[in-house]
Amino acid sequence: MLDTLLLSRIQFAANISFHILFPTITIALAWFLVFFKFRYDRTGEQVWLRAYRFWVKIFALTFALGVVSGITMSFQFGTNWPGFMERIGNIAGPLLGYEVLTAFFMEATFLGIMLFGMKRVSPRLHTFSTLIVAVGTTLSAFWILSLNSWLQTPTGYTLVDGVFYPQSWFEIIFNPSFGYRFSHMLLASGLTASFLVAGISAYRLLKNDHKHAPKLTLKVALSVAALLAPLQMFVGDLHGLNTFEHQPQKVAAMEGVWETEQGAPLLLFAIPDETARTNHFEVAIPNLASLILTHELDGEIKGLNEFKGEHPPVKPVFFGFRIMVGIGVLMILVAAVARYTLWRRSTLPDWQLKILVAMTFSGWIATLAGWYVTEIGRQPFMVNGLVKIEELVTSVPGEHVLLTLVGYLTVYAVLLTAYIKTLFYTARNAVEVEEYQTTPVQGGQYV
Amino acid sequence: MYSADYLALFYSALMALAIIVYAVLDGYDLGVGILLPGKNKPAADTMIASIGPFWDANETWLVLAVGLALIAFPTAHSIILQALYLPIAFMLLGLILRGVAFDFRAKAKTRYRETWDRCFKLGSLITAFSQGYMLGLYVMSFEHSLASHLFAALSGVGVIAAYTLIGAAWLIMKCEGEIQNSAIRWCRVSNLIALLGVLAVSVVNPLINTYVQTRWFGTEISLLLLPLPLICMVLFVLQDRVLVKLKHTPNQGCWLPFAITVVIFLLCFFGLLYSFFPYVVPGELTIYKALADPSALTFMLYGVVLVVPAIIGYTLFSYRVFWGKTQDLSYY
Repeated sequence: MLDTLLLSRIQFAANISFHILFPTITIALAWFLVFFKFRYDRTGEQVWLRAYRFWVKIFALTFALGVVSGITMSFQFGTNWPGFMERIGNIAGPLLGYEVLTAFFMEATFLGIMLFGMKRVSPRLHTFSTLIVAVGTTLSAFWILSLNSWLQTPTGYTLVDGVFYPQSWFEIIFNPSFGYRFSHMLLASGLTASFLVAGISAYRLLKNDHKHAPKLTLKVALSVAALLAPLQMFVGDLHGLNTFEHQPQKVAAMEGVWETEQGAPLLLFAIPDETARTNHFEVAIPNLASLILTHELDGEIKGLNEFKGEHPPVKPVFFGFRIMVGIGVLMILVAAVARYTLWRRSTLPDWQLKILVAMTFSGWIATLAGWYVTEIGRQPFMVNGLVKIEELVTSVPGEHVLLTLVGYLTVYAVLLTAYIKTLFYTARNAVEVEEYQTTPVQGGQYV
Repeated sequence: MYSADYLALFYSALMALAIIVYAVLDGYDLGVGILLPGKNKPAADTMIASIGPFWDANETWLVLAVGLALIAFPTAHSIILQALYLPIAFMLLGLILRGVAFDFRAKAKTRYRETWDRCFKLGSLITAFSQGYMLGLYVMSFEHSLASHLFAALSGVGVIAAYTLIGAAWLIMKCEGEIQNSAIRWCRVSNLIALLGVLAVSVVNPLINTYVQTRWFGTEISLLLLPLPLICMVLFVLQDRVLVKLKHTPNQGCWLPFAITVVIFLLCFFGLLYSFFPYVVPGELTIYKALADPSALTFMLYGVVLVVPAIIGYTLFSYRVFWGKTQDLSYY
């Protein structure tokens, strides 16, 4: 017998991991496009239009991948997790419904005008369409993050016979962890998009692209990254404090703390062992974890042993957290050094460009690691402390779930490869031909 | 908070609206995908260009329809989606293939372009067929017998024909010259197949399902409704006449086939709704029993009343922006 629950979990994890890659880019890339277009409207300099035209193509491709994988997600609730909607539907339904109504349609419709309508509408209306798409992507994140936060820190409900009923929509939407998660995610998107833009621009420069646009986009992206990376560290810290307050078992797993202790050390490295309930090979800074989480050197951190049977699997949360923070620190350093170099010399040496190319998708890894921390960290619960995941699974036979899982994984592997290859292909193509096809201007209309 | 019965009616009407708008809108772009020629590149480019600005928003109606089922009728949603587990997976595969092929074809190296075109065509076919298959299983109350799977397969072919019909009608309206001429031919053929499909379903459905039989032949209202299938048949014949005429004067009333097809879609869909109302899971669960918590639905209601008119408004606006014959597709 194949285990439907396990396979459904793997399938959902695979789908959501694949899906999140694309909104993570498009949410912030849309705002980059708004900025490029707005600058073009203000200055009339062709270089801004070229930046826009290059990145709008990548946006379109990324958006399409996000849409198709998102549709898959919307069906999976019913096919694999029927219990989710039957018990949490009164809360989750309207939040998802509002996302479709207020964000999806708007994005999708104005995307058509944004991509293909520049010849057909006024410049002002075209910029407005770009802005609407950006607002739409952000609004979409708002609703999804609201639902996700509610699952982590549920408020504003009543529970009757295992079914949730809404009590106060304000409390549901603006639940205690929502603000932290929403801003953390938006900043993650900002960093992912800016390292993507920087990486691809650096790639073009390394391929001897002597046009003005890649230099300009590199500069914009690095400025954004240099601003957002430290800000993300700050917001991440606040988010951590919020989690410490509401989900201490998650923080204990993140920090690898087994016994409740005062003055807990910050583990730079360790291998947590869940059977022996201890860590091996610890490299630690004394008292620092307590200091960070409680702002006192000997503040108390609750250990995993107080949550036996109710705490998440430790290893993935522990390592996921370190990968996320590690990449975050790397981002701060790289962005600061590169932006400083650019300020002093107005170009970047090849070694710095190469680092930026290598970090093109660093945002993806950090975002995925962060999501694993937060989602695996909520295990074994679907609604923190109230509903366990195993209560919600489908009755479809395991064989069917395995079949579709293999199908999805194959498709995702092909698509991811094709996506990354196409991105670099588009960049090379731009080096050779693209930008010399300049657009003549006739009576204020782009032809 | 509104009464549960009122909300059940409201949300099922809204869901019906989402489904029919989806069938018409994504129907035509799936149809164009099915009709995509493998070799003739310029024609493929123009055909794709005709749906380029719209397909994404069209597909959103499917998300809305499924979303509404999930929000308003969660029990029904989970019964239906579990019963249709495999066909749904196939449909999703088709939608993924098509959605990404559309964007990759414009950006990937030229030598891959034909492959992406084939993916687009295949994805459109799989999507249409699995939707028809699901419809067939739904009509058969999810019964797992050879007969019901054969009927579902037949229904799959029927939906392919219906989408090809509306896709061809779209191309007649949006294209010129050679493509328009071919589209008139395609439209005639799919018109005939769709006619046979509708006939088959209309005969089989009341025969196998006593509830449907009573709905159409056993009540007083049914006398008033019986002309509807007749009107539908007349429209198919009328469609054929229009297409013959369009062969000679392709631009006089080139929007007529699309309009006629939309009316046929509406009539068929109404027939289906009437057959099963008030059941949401045929023979098992009514909309009243499957309804979610009224206070959550009331909260959604405000959004729906405010937002749906806006959605319809800017959808119309976007069709106006891209009004007239299709021009070359370029990203600016």
